[in-house]
Amino acid sequence: MQDFFDIDSALSEEERAVRASVRQFVDERIIPVIGDCYIEGRFPKEIVPGLAELGVFGANLPEEYGCAGLNNVSYGLIMQELERGDSGIRSFASVQGALVMYPIFAFGSDEQKKHYLPKMAAGEIIGCFGLTEPDFGSNPSGMISMAKEQTDGSWVLNGAKMWITNGSQAKVAIVWAKTNGDKSDKSIRGFIVPTDTPGFTAKDQKGKLSLRASDTSELVFQDVHLPKDAILPKSGGIKSPLMCLTQARYGISWGVIGAAMACYEEALAYSTSRVMFDKPIAGFQLQQQRLAVMLTEIVKAQLVSLHLGRLKDAGKLTPQQVSLAKRNNCDIASNVAREARRLLGANGILAEYASMRHMANLESVYTYEGTHDIHTLILGQAVTGLSAFN
Amino acid sequence: MKIAVCIKRVPDMETRFKIAASGTAVDAAGLKYDMSDFDGYAVETALQLNEKQGPGETVVISLGPDVVQEQLRKALSMGADRAVQLKADRVPADGLAIARALAAELQGGGYDLILFGRQAVDSANATVGPMTAELLGLPCATAVSTLEIANGRATARRDLEGAAEIVEFPLPAVVSVDEGMPRARYPSLKGIMAAKKKPLEVKPAQLGDEHITIEKLELPPERAAGRIVGEGAAAVPELVRLLHTEAKVL
Repeated sequence: MQDFFDIDSALSEEERAVRASVRQFVDERIIPVIGDCYIEGRFPKEIVPGLAELGVFGANLPEEYGCAGLNNVSYGLIMQELERGDSGIRSFASVQGALVMYPIFAFGSDEQKKHYLPKMAAGEIIGCFGLTEPDFGSNPSGMISMAKEQTDGSWVLNGAKMWITNGSQAKVAIVWAKTNGDKSDKSIRGFIVPTDTPGFTAKDQKGKLSLRASDTSELVFQDVHLPKDAILPKSGGIKSPLMCLTQARYGISWGVIGAAMACYEEALAYSTSRVMFDKPIAGFQLQQQRLAVMLTEIVKAQLVSLHLGRLKDAGKLTPQQVSLAKRNNCDIASNVAREARRLLGANGILAEYASMRHMANLESVYTYEGTHDIHTLILGQAVTGLSAFN
Repeated sequence: MKIAVCIKRVPDMETRFKIAASGTAVDAAGLKYDMSDFDGYAVETALQLNEKQGPGETVVISLGPDVVQEQLRKALSMGADRAVQLKADRVPADGLAIARALAAELQGGGYDLILFGRQAVDSANATVGPMTAELLGLPCATAVSTLEIANGRATARRDLEGAAEIVEFPLPAVVSVDEGMPRARYPSLKGIMAAKKKPLEVKPAQLGDEHITIEKLELPPERAAGRIVGEGAAAVPELVRLLHTEAKVL
């Protein structure tokens, strides 16, 4: 879309080059197929090798692990472009990079990093992240999955996880569980669980009306025996998975801007060509207001995420700042998508147009990785010092 | 092989162009730029030839102000080894001046192959490649859609209107490439990072005299609205008559 606020002038040539490359890939390889994938309820796994070759997985992790070593603004721009295609594609990349590669990078041993990260960057190993449970969504500290250490140092894992993106296609799962019967959230540790381990099952969650081009699964662990070195040695307490979520939420704050951009562009193009009452509908005040509000909200969200990225690159970012960006940007993107769909009239309900697909996707994105409401409470706590959670 | 690829920075052709106040250039405000499409094919051709034939060097060259470094770095991020900017405050309208500057740079460079795009997608003159070949005294094949290299000789196919021409010539040579050659790869994110560390040399462009200047730019006339001659089968005879007598396409 038109760079109305000249935000490009705040990006480096390298950041613009990264965006251009991913943008071209999304335009040529994702957008032409994604509408059909959505209708079929199918993740387009044929694009994974291309995404890996491009280098999008864990792109902000160091080159020594086969990653691109980009800064966080570039990483954000990648998420924006992927979600301009579809939230399901961005979710796939977010999970692979921020929720599986990042915890291995941050909490893993040298052996784990050397074994997994290059193969994950190359798309040879797909990962998923198991934190949320059927009865513990917004309150992950209450989880009941439990890992018990055996006398030989190995582990036995029991429990279940739900709403797990990539669950059925993953070769490896990062599973968060309490340990050794301790029910406090301080006992939570991360485990690298190969999905072919006996006792591990993943089942697709059926009937989704959102993120249809993405796999969402339920994971069950029944006496899953894991070797000693399955544990992420530097993980400890609920803080560890929350650090992963901060990474992913950062990417989401950028990603949803892409979805909003796609809807705005579609609405603008449609409004200038669709003729009603003998003139393009773009000439009517009601549609102009829609477009003006969409444009304004997108520009604001872009500035929020760009500044957040600069803070992250400077090592100054706080999780609460990420909450503000995730909360705001998901909210505005949802509204932009809905208004775009409405501007498109009856055509707007067709999969041939992207707006309703984005609108439905964004309901998930609004809800996952900390719901809008939970981020409201995080901000409330940050400014008042009073927790409204319990 | 040592291959040079000459590339041009051009505006995105999807743009709705406006003419600048000077009347002799397009309004640069808000324009996005990229490497000319055909030049992208040329870079890809060079990279694939060197990937297939073992160790070689791909050097990209562009003439113009410092902004052309963006396109040079794009070629480096695709995999070219080094870049040369022939610095000039603008890109002349006279292709011969550009060809002279390029020939001065290429002369004595030891290149086996010098590649161009068939034409720049903005000015569409298709002159700089052949003129450079002429100045260097090298064989030149233009608008080739395939290119095979073996034993110091090249075989290329040129797709013409209603026919194809297969040409053979010795190296070193100048070749301009057309569609049919491999499309430019996506610069990988690692490639973009690696490009920052590759050499990009800046030299003054030796343009010499220019004999062509742009007098005036005009937008094409607006297309007249279509005419509806009637509806249904009854309108067909009238439509056929008009296509025959007015449009003269039947």
